[in-house]
Amino acid sequence: LSGTRSYSTDVRTVTLIPGDGIGPEISAAVQKIFTAANVPIVWEEVDVTPVKGPDGKFGIPPSAIESVNRNGIGLKGPLMTPVGKGHRSLNLAIRKEFNLYANVRPCRSIEGYETLYNDVDVVTIRENTEGEYSGIEHEIVDGVVQSIKLITEPASRRVAEYAFQYARNNGRSKVTAVHKANIMRMSDGLFLRCCREAAEKNPDIRFEEKYLDTVCLNMVQDPSQYDVLVMPNLYGDILSDLCAGLVGGLGLTPSGNIGEGGAVFESVHGTAPDIAGQDKANPTALLLSAVMMLRFMNLYKHAEIIERACFETIKEGNYRTGDLGGKAKCSEFTNEICSKIDVLQG
Amino acid sequence: KPFPVAQYGGRFTVTMLPGDGIGPELMGYVKNIFRYAGVPVDFEEIQIHKESSEEEFRNALICIRRNGVALKGSIESKYGDNTSEISRNAALRVELDLFANVLHCKSYPAVRSRYSDVDIIIVRQNTEGEYSMLEHENVKGVIESLKIITRKESERLARYAFDYAVKYGRTRVTSVHKANIMKLSDGLFLETCRNVSKDYPEIEFNNMIVDNACMQLVAKPQQFDVIVLPNLYGNVVSNIVCGLVGGAGILSGRNYGDHFAVFEPGTRNTGTTMAGRNIANPIAMLNASCDMLEHLNLSYHANLIRDAINKTLNVDMIHTVDLGGQATSLDVIQNIIKIIQANTSSSNW
Ligand SMILES: Nc1ncnc2c1ncn2[C@@H]1O[C@H](COP(=O)(O)OP(=O)(O)OP(=O)(O)O)[C@@H](O)[C@H]1O
Ligand SMILES: Nc1ncnc2c1ncn2[C@@H]1O[C@H](COP(=O)(O)OP(=O)(O)OP(=O)(O)O)[C@@H](O)[C@H]1O
Ligand SMILES: [Mg+2]
Ligand SMILES: [Mg+2]
Repeated sequence: LSGTRSYSTDVRTVTLIPGDGIGPEISAAVQKIFTAANVPIVWEEVDVTPVKGPDGKFGIPPSAIESVNRNGIGLKGPLMTPVGKGHRSLNLAIRKEFNLYANVRPCRSIEGYETLYNDVDVVTIRENTEGEYSGIEHEIVDGVVQSIKLITEPASRRVAEYAFQYARNNGRSKVTAVHKANIMRMSDGLFLRCCREAAEKNPDIRFEEKYLDTVCLNMVQDPSQYDVLVMPNLYGDILSDLCAGLVGGLGLTPSGNIGEGGAVFESVHGTAPDIAGQDKANPTALLLSAVMMLRFMNLYKHAEIIERACFETIKEGNYRTGDLGGKAKCSEFTNEICSKIDVLQG
Repeated sequence: KPFPVAQYGGRFTVTMLPGDGIGPELMGYVKNIFRYAGVPVDFEEIQIHKESSEEEFRNALICIRRNGVALKGSIESKYGDNTSEISRNAALRVELDLFANVLHCKSYPAVRSRYSDVDIIIVRQNTEGEYSMLEHENVKGVIESLKIITRKESERLARYAFDYAVKYGRTRVTSVHKANIMKLSDGLFLETCRNVSKDYPEIEFNNMIVDNACMQLVAKPQQFDVIVLPNLYGNVVSNIVCGLVGGAGILSGRNYGDHFAVFEPGTRNTGTTMAGRNIANPIAMLNASCDMLEHLNLSYHANLIRDAINKTLNVDMIHTVDLGGQATSLDVIQNIIKIIQANTSSSNW
């Protein structure tokens, strides 16, 4: 039987990229919780520290790429991106490598953890492969730099269609296209046109289009007016963090990167070097990302139990981490979730 | 810096561009209040709409160049069938070289909001970056849009921000960027700000990546003092901050170049859906008109109107629907006029 892979209900292998900074701590927390919940997956841990390739450029090690290609699904902690110079963002490289075209970030107010907003329930869907992050920049003459934003029809159409599909599969009723086509008439105009076309094909989902600035203005005043938002890369980057801010910060929002050949789920936050290695990090974002991953793998029962245990722990408030105003260590928070899972599983 | 202003026999002439949507009605209120306050300003009114011809637009530019100063509503620039036409608002800022857009975002104590004590100055690059409007289609279905960042404009803006900080007793300037991804373009902006900051040792300088900055803004806006940033991030950040302190209806924005100054509501909305319904909040445009009076050194009149605005909002609590109140636009205007009349008659004694 060697060499055959099982696609049934049997144990599946998932690539785990623990990442930098607090990455290893929060990854360990997720692994521990998954064990407690008897999730039928095994982790294949890979290191993505850049290595020098044959072309002399630094990039992801081939073994890591092979792992994700083989498994088709991965969970990833935060990776460090140096500001200003050095190698290109690894986060970016991974998205490009696996053609993860849509980044999905649900932001929901968490019960029991009060913020200034208690009515947030939005999902940002961000085009993930092109736009402002094309990486094409030149210095034309000394002191004049041009950076190219690339918008293509296939990528825009793909993400627009995914937004409607996501809305339908997740019981959502409205998709808002966020754009700046009043200024960037050709590029954002193309993106908007693709959204309009997707909307026509999905008449069961409501569609509206809004300027980026108007969404920013409205989002901080009354977020309840939005549901699913779809937009080009940079706007998605900004709005997803803005929405995370509304629900209490980086430690709480999950994220999934959907590609043609698979998906990688990751925490939205950075490496938090200021608290790394101190058992202070909040693993919720990575855990909820892992829960998104379970749903993606049709492991709904496990997803449900873990999510409930996590939300209950936060709601009770005895084991909150520092970012949520508590005093608990990452390990204490994790243990509490595990014991709740034990109870839920009977 | 000496700004040219058109002054004849103690009266000033200012260009007024009402624009689309709620612009015209708001300008009507401004003119009315200026009359009651005895403001020595004559408006040269020019209608520029989405449909206006290039010649009409050119004439408006000539008029602003002549007067040096303008009060402006937003001109509709919706994306439609004609993708080649560019935004008149953006074109105007480029033509007049209005490189800096300045917003002072300060909470009004009585305006209902989740946040209090916000007091942020936003200094936004206003003419280049993502708004260069250089786009082309090389291959069908593949569009390239150019973002241009220059050291010259970045430096001019950074100096403006630091000078502003010094002049108004501010302590910190934060440069907001995405230099971790756009290493050359935003990298140049950040590096230039950093270099300029060395000439201002008394002002603290720091920087923040734009997505983190937006998150920080909704978490703890009080941590920000002066923010300096490229064009598109400025659009985003100014709308967020206006949202934090009460929405599009109250704050004003100022556009400055070396020669001209244009004043308008801070978030630059057209408010098309509200037009003609007596529901738009007139405060943002009135604040813009007060900014303009200050620019003309008509501080007596600026203060007279400003005080009436503050009393209307904070003491009499006359709030339009966007602020959670029930007042109409005219209720607000009438109250402001009433206060102005009371204050001018007592000072006549
Ligand atoms: N999971 C987490 N739990 C608790 N606090 C967090 C978490 N993630 C981020 N933070 C906090 O949020 C702030 C921003 O951290 P983040 O890591 O996103 O940015 P950063 O420090 O610039 O790192 P990077 O360079 O990797 O993006 C830090 O103060 C950090 O401590
Ligand atoms: N003067 C004002 N008073 C009250 N609300 C305002 C005012 N100006 C703008 N708004 C509000 O701000 C938001 C954005 O304004 P607006 O609808 O003009 O946005 P827009 O994106 O520019 O759209 P359009 O250009 O099609 O009108 C809306 O919710 C609008 O009601
Ligand atoms: Mg981000
Ligand atoms: Mg607008």
